Amino acid sequence: MMVPITIEDRSGQRQLIEVPDDMSLSLMEALKAYEYNILATCGGMALCATCHVQVLEGMEKLPPLNDVELDMLDTLPDVTANSRLACQLRIDKDLENAVFRICGQEI
Amino acid sequence: MHTTDICVIGAGPVGLFSVFEAGLLKMRCHLMDALPQVGGQLSEIYPQKPIYDIPGYPEVKAQQLVDNLMQQIAPFQPSFTLGERVAQIQGNAADGFTVTTGDGTAVSCKVIVIAGGLGCFEPRKPVIERLEDFEGKGVSYIVKDPELFRDKEIILAGGGDSALDWTILLSGIAAKVTLVHRGDTFRGAPDSAEKVFRLAKDGKIGLVLKSNISRIEGNGHLKNVHITDDKNGVSILNADHLIPLFGLSPKLGPIADWGLQIEKSAIAVQTTDYATNIPGIYAIGDINTYPGKLKLILCGFHEAAMMAQSAFRYVYPDQRLSFKYTTVNGIHSF
Ligand SMILES: Cc1cc2nc3c(=O)[nH]c(=O)nc-3n(C[C@H](O)[C@H](O)[C@H](O)COP(=O)(O)OP(=O)(O)OC[C@H]3O[C@@H](n4cnc5c(N)ncnc54)[C@H](O)[C@@H]3O)c2cc1C
Ligand code: FES
Repeated sequence: MMVPITIEDRSGQRQLIEVPDDMSLSLMEALKAYEYNILATCGGMALCATCHVQVLEGMEKLPPLNDVELDMLDTLPDVTANSRLACQLRIDKDLENAVFRICGQEI
Repeated sequence: MHTTDICVIGAGPVGLFSVFEAGLLKMRCHLMDALPQVGGQLSEIYPQKPIYDIPGYPEVKAQQLVDNLMQQIAPFQPSFTLGERVAQIQGNAADGFTVTTGDGTAVSCKVIVIAGGLGCFEPRKPVIERLEDFEGKGVSYIVKDPELFRDKEIILAGGGDSALDWTILLSGIAAKVTLVHRGDTFRGAPDSAEKVFRLAKDGKIGLVLKSNISRIEGNGHLKNVHITDDKNGVSILNADHLIPLFGLSPKLGPIADWGLQIEKSAIAVQTTDYATNIPGIYAIGDINTYPGKLKLILCGFHEAAMMAQSAFRYVYPDQRLSFKYTTVNGIHSF
């Protein structure tokens, strides 16, 4: 199935993207595939926090944060209660209709 | 001023290995890095992670690979300037180059090799108004010399390992240490977290949880720090120093201003020898780009070998290069 997700870029522009849920992609990889400008230095190992996103809508449906994710987010100065690492979110129906704002560092 | 054949900017794996390839051709190298340690991303981001795609190593921990590289290049006696960011390069291939750091250290060389990876690792800064105005005037992001903080009032901000470690260390040196953390738990090393909670309980440090630094004030030098908690209560603390510790993140930085051809935060190079658009300046490893570029250590090593063969003509313009194997000649008879 295709999962519809709304992405807000750094300029506030929103776009609806549709991402397949059967390719075991992370949200970070989906953002890269859509050519959003995110650094994602560590390639998804929860080691760099440059894939930081804020969940604007749909937080309650997302799986809880794991320890490594919490750990990494703790190192960020601009973290909020709605912060997540895009690389730690698998694309599946939990993410359906969620709205994410890109916060991580640009390339 | 230090003089060398090749000045290598960036002491990540690729910069380190270039010393070996240059050394085989009897070219001396000086390495410079903004970080206080060598190893680039490997030492800074993932020292304990295993790497599986280094030829000849089914598995090697990142820091182990860096240690091995240091051992491999030791015979060529490279020199180092660490903990300083290269800010400027001047000169040309005919007259030689000068490479200068922000702290004023200068190196004179015949060839520049930029192995700057994803750029300089720089501290992440919290969003606080006028923070930059107080940098060097009470605000710092790394602790170079703990003694500078003796008998001072210090506020640290952050929740990671380095915030915990420096809180513990400075608690024995400074007059007063306060740690401000956004959360109410620490997921860093459990030992350190426990120690910090104990120090707070014993009244040896101040621990302000679920709070952020919201404002800083001072007249020429930092004086007060405003701390806002979850419920928007504000407290104001006196402070001689504020040390925000939110980790490091790479930024291209000064490299962008050196007249090199930049594409998407990387330096465009020729694939025959990884030369840039400026004669005598090469770019190898993650910092360069060309059609088909892969940001892999393996590829950076290959680029280092090709670069060295090409750089030879700037260092020894009157000599011809003949190709040899290390197995035949060892490493010192080239
Ligand atoms: C989590 C993670 C896992 C990885 N896994 C693998 C893997 O399995 N296999 C693989 O091949 N690759 C892997 N990589 C990629 C690999 O780490 C990089 O390709 C490699 O580090 C590039 O080496 P480098 O020497 O070009 O640059 P870097 O390692 O980035 O080093 C560049 C150095 O230059 C310094 N610098 C930059 N600008 C300046 C300046 N102006 N002044 C002074 N110093 C400066 C920086 O401080 C830095 O230390 C991984 C990367 C990450 C983050
Ligand atoms: S890509 Fe590095 S933490 Fe997500």
